[in-house]
Amino acid sequence: MGQTLSTLAYLVSSVLFILALRGLSHPETSRRGNMFGMVGMGIAILATMFSKGMGFGGIALVIAGLAIGGTIGTIVAQRIQMTALPQLVAAFHSLVGMAAVFVAAGAFYAPMSFGIGTHEHIHAQSLIEMSLGVAIGAITFSGSVIAFAKLAGKMSGAPITFAGQHWLNLALGILLVILIIAFVATGSGVLFWLIALLSFALGFLLIIPIGGADMPVVVSMLNSYSGWAAAGIGFTIGNLLLIITGALVGASGAILSYIMCKGMNRSIINVLLGGFGSEGGAAAGGGGDADRPPVKAGSPEDAAYMMKNAQKIIVVPGYGMAVAQAQQVLREMADLLKKEGVEIKYAIHPVAGRMPGHMNVLLAEANVPYDEVFELEEINPEFADADVAFVIGANDVTNPAAKTDKSSAIYGMPILDVERAKTVFFIKRGMASGYAGVENELFFRPNTMMLFGDAKKVTQEIVQALQR
Amino acid sequence: MNATELANQAQATALRALDLAEAARRAAEYAAPVAAAAEPFLYLLTIFLLACFVGYHVVWNVTPALHSPLMGVTNAISSVIVVGAILAAGTADTTIARIFGFLAVTLAAVNIFGGFMVTRRMLAMFKKKGS
Repeated sequence: MGQTLSTLAYLVSSVLFILALRGLSHPETSRRGNMFGMVGMGIAILATMFSKGMGFGGIALVIAGLAIGGTIGTIVAQRIQMTALPQLVAAFHSLVGMAAVFVAAGAFYAPMSFGIGTHEHIHAQSLIEMSLGVAIGAITFSGSVIAFAKLAGKMSGAPITFAGQHWLNLALGILLVILIIAFVATGSGVLFWLIALLSFALGFLLIIPIGGADMPVVVSMLNSYSGWAAAGIGFTIGNLLLIITGALVGASGAILSYIMCKGMNRSIINVLLGGFGSEGGAAAGGGGDADRPPVKAGSPEDAAYMMKNAQKIIVVPGYGMAVAQAQQVLREMADLLKKEGVEIKYAIHPVAGRMPGHMNVLLAEANVPYDEVFELEEINPEFADADVAFVIGANDVTNPAAKTDKSSAIYGMPILDVERAKTVFFIKRGMASGYAGVENELFFRPNTMMLFGDAKKVTQEIVQALQR
Repeated sequence: MNATELANQAQATALRALDLAEAARRAAEYAAPVAAAAEPFLYLLTIFLLACFVGYHVVWNVTPALHSPLMGVTNAISSVIVVGAILAAGTADTTIARIFGFLAVTLAAVNIFGGFMVTRRMLAMFKKKGS
């Protein structure tokens, strides 16, 4: 395939990728969008396979790689549980990072294939781009591996901090810059691998101080990095498709990180410096417990009776619901209530779940129609005319202290205004604090009734009471 | 000024001009790769920045309910890095580069198939009321 033709094919792929993202503006168009993405990728792969200089052996090698990787990817994607989606995405990001490192290594050991020089002399500019690609790719790899381990519970989600951590990272960062300069000056293979090794270490060190609950931001950020890594490789080998796609992915991840940070009212710097949620934060709630009114506890039967007679119920699901695997039985409860003529809506906080939009997928999996699920800004004005707010597995995102108590650790965080509902049912195992270590003022409100127990068990008991 | 002097001066001027031409040639030779490298770089940079803007606008239009599928799709398309991997695996003149290319093709393929498949699974679950 000639140069012009393959460039045209890459252009078509770029447009198809943009359309794939465009399709995600609505669930109805999203499936077609995903199809556009697949076609775009197919065109890109075929155009490259039939480009100049590809021998029969080369094509066979590529097909073997595609077959092995494709089989693994397909099996994993079919078997993965939707609750495990965040760690799957983290694992996938690590693969993109590693692939970027390998492609850069391939370019380094075969510069003529990419038109960036000869074995003796690679253009300085290509060396700069190559080292950036390697560094970002390697950081994405090791950072994603840590994110994966934390999300999958293979290592503690608690932040790992030590004295002088940020200084160490800064020193390593400076060392990395020095190595890159030396690499560009000499083109030495040893320096190439030193850059890779140092970046692996840096990716690891950057993510360990970040707590498990901040992983939504980390996963989005690594998503962004994987895009920048692809763009970096695109600059190295002068490929427009890689540059355009890398920019799209990089922008997407950056926007998601921003949305997640805003959902927690924290700056990205604050998240990245880490350590959040490591202190007990017992004093953060302020005020003594002595002057607190007692907590009202109710039974599932009480809740069933009151909800049956309600007109409008807003369900507020949180990650605790997913942990308890309560989404199916929650939807059964909603179905029974709908038969009684109750209007049901679901309210999703931006940081509910362990990755952006995770809760929407979990509800969709439990057959909750997407037009019953609403975002924070849409649903907040509606709590005032709701009879019941049913909080299941969420905590900090419902704490009214975020609006009033300036001393609170979560002050300023956008929250769901559940306290405006006539009655709030709050399912919870015990009186423990949420991840921010802040006591929830909501528990002590006169219109709140606590339903103590496991989210799935309590909801099942409500369902049984409704069926009676 | 007689004819001989004039001829000598002319010769000297001609030699200086030759020197200058030679210097210019050397400068041009030195500058050519720099210029040749800078121009495509600026071109690529332009495309890159424009693509960032396109990405910014398209992604803000994505409904928050579909942010997880968005991550699935972006993860799959960022594996377009497979293009570089295929070139390394298929056209490299050293064995080591071919091995790296092959490994990169395999890793990227896991992502491409896995990313698109898992996104398809997610999107298939989003249903409207009553359907």
